[in-house]
Amino acid sequence: MSIAAIRREEVAPEAVRWTLPHARSLRAVNELVTAPLLERGMWSWRAWWIGVAVSSVGTVGFLLAIYFVFARGIGIWGLNTTVVWGFAIADYVWWIGIGNAGTLISAMLLLMRQRWRASTNRFAEAMTLFAASIAGIFPIIHLGRPMYFYWLIPYPNTMSVWPQWRSALIWDFWAILSYLLFSVLFWYVGLIPDFATMRDRAISKWPSAIYGALALGWRGSARHWQAYERLHLSLACLGVPLVVSLHSVVGMDFAASLMPGWQETIFPPYFVVGAMYSGFAMVACLAALVRWGFRMEGLITAAHFDVMAKIMLAASIIMGLSYATEWFNAWYGGERADRSLLAFEFLGAYAPLYWALLLCNVVIPQAFWFALVRSNVIAVFVISVVINIGMWLERILIVWNTLSHDYSISMWRLFLPTAWDWITTIGSLGLFALMYLAFVRLIPVVSMHEVRRLVDQERAS
Amino acid sequence: MTKLLLAEFSDSSRFVDAARRAGARYRLVDAFTPFPLEAINEIFEHRGSRIRLSMFIGGIGMAAVAYGLEYFSAAINYPYNSGGRPLNSWPAFMLVPFATGILVAAIVGFTRFLIECGLPRLSDPLFAVEGFERGSQDCFVLAIARPERDDDSHQAIDFLRRAGAAAIREIEQDSS
Repeated sequence: MSIAAIRREEVAPEAVRWTLPHARSLRAVNELVTAPLLERGMWSWRAWWIGVAVSSVGTVGFLLAIYFVFARGIGIWGLNTTVVWGFAIADYVWWIGIGNAGTLISAMLLLMRQRWRASTNRFAEAMTLFAASIAGIFPIIHLGRPMYFYWLIPYPNTMSVWPQWRSALIWDFWAILSYLLFSVLFWYVGLIPDFATMRDRAISKWPSAIYGALALGWRGSARHWQAYERLHLSLACLGVPLVVSLHSVVGMDFAASLMPGWQETIFPPYFVVGAMYSGFAMVACLAALVRWGFRMEGLITAAHFDVMAKIMLAASIIMGLSYATEWFNAWYGGERADRSLLAFEFLGAYAPLYWALLLCNVVIPQAFWFALVRSNVIAVFVISVVINIGMWLERILIVWNTLSHDYSISMWRLFLPTAWDWITTIGSLGLFALMYLAFVRLIPVVSMHEVRRLVDQERAS
Repeated sequence: MTKLLLAEFSDSSRFVDAARRAGARYRLVDAFTPFPLEAINEIFEHRGSRIRLSMFIGGIGMAAVAYGLEYFSAAINYPYNSGGRPLNSWPAFMLVPFATGILVAAIVGFTRFLIECGLPRLSDPLFAVEGFERGSQDCFVLAIARPERDDDSHQAIDFLRRAGAAAIREIEQDSS
């Protein structure tokens, strides 16, 4: 047998596992993706309406919580003079972590030429936009005087003052703003050819006109594709360092301080891996829901869940290693406050949550060592939810542990969340779900042109 | 006005093969495909794109402006001693030029992309051509200049049909 033949044998099963036979034609891909949007009458939207109803309740709760925090101040949360950061900052870090992952996953997989990204990148990028938008709300509502948030922007003013460029809060502002706008652009560029498909498939006048306007007159000519590919790849190259810098800045919000447990050089990379971890977990959850809701088993296969589970497994090991590094350094550094904090983490008032965190982030994901678990969509979905809970616990404990157990023993106090803390957190999930439900009803959830290319390559192989 | 022959193919490999062979005999005008095909890029040798160069210039320019603003505000216009740090604290000033530089590089790249593609162009005579809409879905459309003499044109149609074209249409297009 020739070397070429051996290679082909090895590659063939790999090359055809990203789609199922019934979806392996250009026509089938177009129909699977556009039918829910253009032939709505043929679809049952009951589950969608239930989702809208539930998420609307959450959204109203979130808006109500924001209204009360604006009207009465941040005292309605469980903050005190010791634990001055609480749920809002943990929520911010959690959401920005999820918000990081979509672009990171999409851009990194594009640069690595991972063909399986074709069916997942669109909804991962949408996740990024919505999560990053929600994340941006938290630092503002956490400000003591939120009406002055625009002081972060450098503009000529009668006070003759400028922003403090050395502050991590200013870095946050610019990093989030740049990242959010960049992500919108990256997402939109990828959507232009698909809007053209929607324009050309639309049966009625209005959808055709709206998708036509969004497609900007895309014709799919050789010239268009050449420019498109050049731009898309260049954006991906820029997107990866931007994402890494964004979550590193979030890490530096903590690391630039002088607090035990925060002032660690490991924080920026540790936060970036954490973001990728929780982001992949969220993408896996959304992939399972999109697959179920839009009957996309042909385009989002068990193989997709298998690779995502492998990445989560790798991330869980890195997270475990990061935690261990923190413990080791606290002991090896010999600083009394660091050692005391470490003991507080394992034995203090929040210890059950810390053990739960380790269980969710490090222990349970080890199930992904088994191929049987990785290829089971329900199992991957459940473990992904567990990881997301674990990652939220990690963020809240980073805030709580250090602030509750500072250098000065006389300052030690605990944080007891109020109903408003919970309403704000759960409400933000409602807002995310509502935006996501609007997205799946208006925009193709899978990147059609990329899947068409994948299908063509699979057929050729 | 240029007269074109539009040939529809349903298979990408046949389409690429036909484009390659047609290129040797006729003037290729364009190709419309539902996804990018590397082989087609090689056949259609377009002028070098300036997207990356413009992104680079835009990004560096914005980064310089952002740093300039930080320097002007922190070292000249509002010199403020913050914990004894130098007025021009360049390591702390790096993030804003970096993030805004990337954002502006992306915006400039997108603008350049629109210019190079001639977009937005919401109305195009090609959209009125029957079957053209499938070029964004599941068909590969090759556009060649119709030879002026009728005999040659018939030969070209025959050639395209033998190459595997499912349908061939003759249209007139603005030379713009």
